[in-house]
Amino acid sequence: MKILWFHLMPYTDLPDDFKKKHPSVWVDIDSRLFDPAKAHRMYNDFMDELEFAAESGFDGVCVNEHHQNGYGLMPSPNLIAASLAMTPSPNLLAAVLATTTENAAIALCGNSLALYNPPIRVAEEFAMLDCISGGRLVAGFPVGTPMDTCYAYGMNPSQLRQRYHEAHDLIMKSWQDPDPFVWNGRFTKLRYVNLWPRPIQKPHPPIWIPGGGSVETWQWCAELDYVYAYLSYFGYQAGQATMHGFWEEMRRLGKDRNPFRAGFLQFVGVGESREEALDLYRESAEYFYNRCLHVDARFAAPPGYTSEATVRSKVVSQVLQAAVRATDARAFGAPSFEEIVSKGYVIVGSPDEVAQQLREVAVSLNIGQLMLLLQFGNMGRELAFYNTELFAKRVMPQLRDLFEDEWENRWWPKPLADPALARPRELAH
Amino acid sequence: MRHVQIGGEAHRVWERGQGEGLGLLAGMGGFGSWTPFLECLSGERRVVVPSLPGFPGGGAGHHKLDDLLDWIGVTLDLLEKAGLAGSDLVGHGPGGLLAAEIAALSPGMVRKLVLIAPFGLFDPAEPVADCFARRASEIPSLFCAQPQAFERDLACPPGDDEVEWQLTRLRASEAAARLLWPIGDLGLHKRLHRIVSPALLLWGSEDRIVPASYAKRFADAMGRRPEIRSVEGAGHRVDLDAPEATASAILSFLRKAA
Repeated sequence: MKILWFHLMPYTDLPDDFKKKHPSVWVDIDSRLFDPAKAHRMYNDFMDELEFAAESGFDGVCVNEHHQNGYGLMPSPNLIAASLAMTPSPNLLAAVLATTTENAAIALCGNSLALYNPPIRVAEEFAMLDCISGGRLVAGFPVGTPMDTCYAYGMNPSQLRQRYHEAHDLIMKSWQDPDPFVWNGRFTKLRYVNLWPRPIQKPHPPIWIPGGGSVETWQWCAELDYVYAYLSYFGYQAGQATMHGFWEEMRRLGKDRNPFRAGFLQFVGVGESREEALDLYRESAEYFYNRCLHVDARFAAPPGYTSEATVRSKVVSQVLQAAVRATDARAFGAPSFEEIVSKGYVIVGSPDEVAQQLREVAVSLNIGQLMLLLQFGNMGRELAFYNTELFAKRVMPQLRDLFEDEWENRWWPKPLADPALARPRELAH
Repeated sequence: MRHVQIGGEAHRVWERGQGEGLGLLAGMGGFGSWTPFLECLSGERRVVVPSLPGFPGGGAGHHKLDDLLDWIGVTLDLLEKAGLAGSDLVGHGPGGLLAAEIAALSPGMVRKLVLIAPFGLFDPAEPVADCFARRASEIPSLFCAQPQAFERDLACPPGDDEVEWQLTRLRASEAAARLLWPIGDLGLHKRLHRIVSPALLLWGSEDRIVPASYAKRFADAMGRRPEIRSVEGAGHRVDLDAPEATASAILSFLRKAA
């Protein structure tokens, strides 16, 4: 299976009384809480952590897009992806040579297509990233949350999906049509679409669709042969219903059970022993679930964001669920660390315990692309490194073989065989 | 009840009462039932209520409408097919925005115009409320001075399917959002000077969505000075808070101006 290291880039310095004093971590979060000098440190720590993950042998690193959000400091994940896409640093090269692992994939999960005008901006930037990285890009196309798209960016919720689908069609055509073409879309009109640069990967980089749990998205992924990535913050127990629904829909549509069709996000904290892990990750887990997920329900359900078919099927977005829970103090007031662990939001334990649990998760949910949050909440860099290293050395080897003999991963980047190497030039003295 | 066809969608048209036709474009939420407000109006006029796209009885054609011009076009079709060309016209909230646009762009369509707390103007110093960013529990008191009046209107009519009713309400919110999102200036101020029909601006004094002070902004920009009436103590949904007073203000204006 593929194991990816996912960074949300949370602001790590929200005050202790954040939940009590502030209505929301998202959209109208109090900007006076943002200290740019501290953010400078955070960004640099986070980028070190991503590089360290790539050096440690993770198959890929993931970044995503959020706006006006206290737990996601990447309005433009593409900027971060660019730094990861550059030719390997000497450290990374050494690691690659030592372990004979390939350079990590860059799973950009991704850009909310309807927010870009014209949407070929996404096609251009992704093509740049694919060229810079030598073909290591996974192209993630999320619709985007209500908070990001409809409130922070003012997108009409009733038009969001129509615009998203048109943008997708335009981007895919722009990557594949060798000739300039006219795009006379419903929302975008362009006389001269002629992408330059173009992606290395042909016919296009693998497409992953980060989604909540709408039936239409599953059907669409099946039809176009894309990866469906369920980015849940509530772990494998809560994710079971969604992933079961997904595979049931694949079966109904006559698709195979290739586990690489599916991605899943899981929080993990590894220690030498279960006791140590419980001790180490308590604070950052509570920080994430109590401060970062403090989303005002006012921003959870703009009319039209969720299709009538999905409303009917009673499968609602997990983000929406979080926001709804957040308003009901009894249902999601302040989950204790014990609840966070017992409900499986975060898998915590010794390397062997974590490996065993993740294996069960991957098998029972049938997940081939496993995305892990090993930095979460206000976790500092040293603990993030520790968690990452312990996972890479002692957990990852126990999971790697899963599914690999049985199924082909058709949704993984195909990089150049001979990528450019970093060639820094010494300054003349 | 009858239906008219526009672009493959069936639109419900309610009609009750005697005399000259009085068209009514519903406000936020639309009409799920024949309300006391409509009943009061129909005591004196033949009230004709065509359903706008996405609003209750209006089908799902709102998904085909991408901008204000699309909405104006379909509203013109709807008024013509409902037999309301040249009739008096009442519009409330989003329906008020569309009624004002029709009166400005196609003056022959509207004889006398009544706008109840219409959308369409926006002053950042006193913004129209974002009624699409609310917790469910806040909605009734946002729309009505008497929240229980709103809750009664929200309740599933006896005998109707509860799930379908909820979807109907949801669709009505989506249709309004499709027209108004994210609730800002819609350019109407550039056309208000073209409204020369005799007009009444009617506002609930306790409107928490479109502040009552917007009446002056509309009046100052319109091509012919309108009458302004306030319904004391009523919220944005004056028709639910004070059905009789609202209907009586409208009827007395229509009588007088005739």
